[in-house]
Amino acid sequence: MTRDLVLRVLGKVLIPFVLLFALYVQFHGDFGPGGGFQAGVITAAAVIFYAIIFGLPAARRFAPDRLVESMIAAGVLIYGGVGVFGILMGGNYLDYFVLAHDTVHGQERGIFWVEVGVAFTVSGVMTKVFYQFAERRRVVDEA
Amino acid sequence: MTLLTMMAVVTVAIVVQRNLFAVVVFGSIYSFLMATALVALDAVDVAMTEASVGAGMSTVLLLTALNLTRGDEVKPLRRPLLPLFVAIVIGAALVYGTFGLPAFSDPQAAIHLHVVPRYLVDSLRETGVPNVVTSVLASYRGYDTLGETTVVFTAGAGVIALLRRRRGKAKQ
Repeated sequence: MTRDLVLRVLGKVLIPFVLLFALYVQFHGDFGPGGGFQAGVITAAAVIFYAIIFGLPAARRFAPDRLVESMIAAGVLIYGGVGVFGILMGGNYLDYFVLAHDTVHGQERGIFWVEVGVAFTVSGVMTKVFYQFAERRRVVDEA
Repeated sequence: MTLLTMMAVVTVAIVVQRNLFAVVVFGSIYSFLMATALVALDAVDVAMTEASVGAGMSTVLLLTALNLTRGDEVKPLRRPLLPLFVAIVIGAALVYGTFGLPAFSDPQAAIHLHVVPRYLVDSLRETGVPNVVTSVLASYRGYDTLGETTVVFTAGAGVIALLRRRRGKAKQ
């Protein structure tokens, strides 16, 4: 944890906007640049900045290990689930046309959920890998 | 051209520099220059990924890894002449390969005549998504992206498995 007042104040002010920007990149990816992968990385970056400025335990309170780990698996499951749902609705695996009455609408819905899955997995993996590295330092110090 | 020159300068700096902290920072600078080059090439999605992953995330991860090791690169025991020779030969082969590529932004190049026109013309009508990059990534090439996500998942699981075991040993 840093005692630098400027960093702490700026971090508190800016991190919400970083998270907001991640949401914008996620949901505006259909129209502008961006998508699930970029949004996931930006979300993870916000958590990592928080961990660097306010310490690892504070970040772990915001994003506990269990949540981060389940996000890693949940993303892939959501992605695969969209495919299975396509089968259940009478199409092929990862067939989006059948997800709604209108084929174009089905495509939009499929792309939306697939991007959500990508964002979950990517942000979970990035955050977890950072946790693992940052935590090893502490373990080595104690030993 | 300016960008490419700056990138070449940064690359030389990375090779010459022995302090690993400086190397990581130079790597981050290189990624930002690369992102700018990609914006100049109108590949905004890739530029965004490069800026966030290359310049942001990998720099942070390398710095945390650097925390665990020593900060200076050890001098090699022998002069690395054979690796230098191999690198030069491969580099020359790659440059030779570029002579066979179509001219830059040539509309008649083979890659622009295969499926690209279909994506550009039909994407909005078929998927209702104006950003063609998104529609190709998530819909037309949905299987590829599923594989990609699985790769990220597997890599994350691998890192967790590797680093966890060490922690268990330390506790014993």
